[in-house]
Amino acid sequence: MAADRSAAGKAVSNRLVVSLLLYLAPALALAADRELEPVDDSTCVTRSGVYRVSYTSDLDPIAINRIHDWVLHVETTQGEPVAGAEITVGGGMPAHDHGLPTSPRQTEELGNGDYLVEGMRFHMNGRWEIVVAVSANAGRDTCVLSLTL
Amino acid sequence: MSLADRLTRPAFVAGVFGFAALASATGWWLLRPSDPPPWTDGQIGLLRSLWIGSLPPLPPDPTNAVADDPRAAGLGHTLFFDTRLSGNGRVACATCHQPERRFTDGTPKGNAIGESERNTMSIVGAAYSPWLYWDGRKDSLWSQALSPLEDSNEMGGNRVAQARVIVDDPRYRAAYEALFGPLPDLSDPLRFPAVGAPVHDATLAANWRSMAAEDQALVTKVFVNIGKAIAAYERLLIPSPSRFDAYAQAVLDEDPAAQQAAFNANEVRGLRLFIGEAACIQCHNGSLFTNNEFHNTGVLSFPGEVPDQGRIDGVRMVRNDPFNCRSDHSDDPNRSCPELEFARDGVELIGAFRTPPLRNLEGTSPYMHKGQISTLAEVLDHYNRAPLAMIGHNEAKPLNLNGRELEQLEAFLETLSAPLETGAGQPGNQ
Repeated sequence: MAADRSAAGKAVSNRLVVSLLLYLAPALALAADRELEPVDDSTCVTRSGVYRVSYTSDLDPIAINRIHDWVLHVETTQGEPVAGAEITVGGGMPAHDHGLPTSPRQTEELGNGDYLVEGMRFHMNGRWEIVVAVSANAGRDTCVLSLTL
Repeated sequence: MSLADRLTRPAFVAGVFGFAALASATGWWLLRPSDPPPWTDGQIGLLRSLWIGSLPPLPPDPTNAVADDPRAAGLGHTLFFDTRLSGNGRVACATCHQPERRFTDGTPKGNAIGESERNTMSIVGAAYSPWLYWDGRKDSLWSQALSPLEDSNEMGGNRVAQARVIVDDPRYRAAYEALFGPLPDLSDPLRFPAVGAPVHDATLAANWRSMAAEDQALVTKVFVNIGKAIAAYERLLIPSPSRFDAYAQAVLDEDPAAQQAAFNANEVRGLRLFIGEAACIQCHNGSLFTNNEFHNTGVLSFPGEVPDQGRIDGVRMVRNDPFNCRSDHSDDPNRSCPELEFARDGVELIGAFRTPPLRNLEGTSPYMHKGQISTLAEVLDHYNRAPLAMIGHNEAKPLNLNGRELEQLEAFLETLSAPLETGAGQPGNQ
């Protein structure tokens, strides 16, 4: 009897493992799929965790082939606005291996951690990455914003 | 069991019928006319972006105060066809920008007094581009219009003689003065030679140098205003709806009958390739099918010539251009020139040329910056192979489409033709 019960228990647990695996496969596939389609990041934390950077665009929604300005907000990861920073902006389309069509630049510090970046333009639909380098009192650090047009 | 017995057994009969039904179903499935799948929301968004209904209003040109003045467009229209502005009296803008050829000239490189450096670009829709020419060495329509006027291979004229054409023709004088104010008095031969311009030609250059700076400025102002009037005319050259636009409209309206009336199955498949697998839409985007940006697509150099540097030279030239957006000839008091100010440099610009619009390709062959490719089929073959660039790096990747698909793409491209929105022929003939 005891042996029977343990055999039956084993069979049930085997079936359970198999069904769990069966459920796991599509779940993993979904997870993998999510990884393949990265989510856009309108906020990024710099590599060494010093700053948090976010953007707003004066062209909203952002359309291709139109030159426009961004305001970058820079704060410490503790939430303190960063003043006196020097910001450089680069980037491009990773899938196409090309850069931005323009050379955008920080042109003004607006206060409260906000910086005006002029000369943004995107000339193709698809996923863009904007690399922001921040140099301020707490050091130089970079992070990547992303958007899909 | 005999064959007759077998044939009358219900199970056997059912089996035979079942097999036949399965075979015909399979046959139908394999041979059925393959309806294209319906457009997805994402694809409909792309069709809308290409549709002429999405063409935004003309971007203003603050550097040209008369850009949208119909009187300036009228004057510019006449000047566009006036051969008196040329050095030999036989060439006008319209010699290379022929209205009946969609404002191109059907030759690999422009042919006027001599041969131009590159293929003649159409002007239709050019007012939407921040950059003019294949290398973007000009940043406004009016500034572009000035170059051929004095280029020895093109119109071969000179600004002193051109100013005299305006001053001496009573109709031009009246039209000009109504727009720009009084013309200078050029009657003193000691101050104003008959001809002169800051160009390579030794006589023209010597005459120009003999003039006082203030007198040079008076003449250059007339010269610039000729460009601004021509630009006002060129701003009116906008494409009208094509068969593609009728199809896109029908898709947006969810009207299958109108879709079928506008496009056959091949054209639909070509469009599908254009916005999908062939990825043409990456650069040929928006209602004019161009992003007006610069790309190296590995087009071979013109036979016997070293490869053309393209935009890498163009960006340097536009920054140094005496008639660029930042120059004193701009009418914008703010000198706001974001395109020029934030123009980029870098190795990606080597051998890169401006994406041409694709509306009205019909009649505009040969194609590419030096007219290297004669037919659309050969252009598509070029992109299908995406050969290595002679200089710089070819951004395009091989498409590996089959012959049928290339034909479908070509069929789609031919649906982009339509007459101009505005009459554009010889002045007085409309």
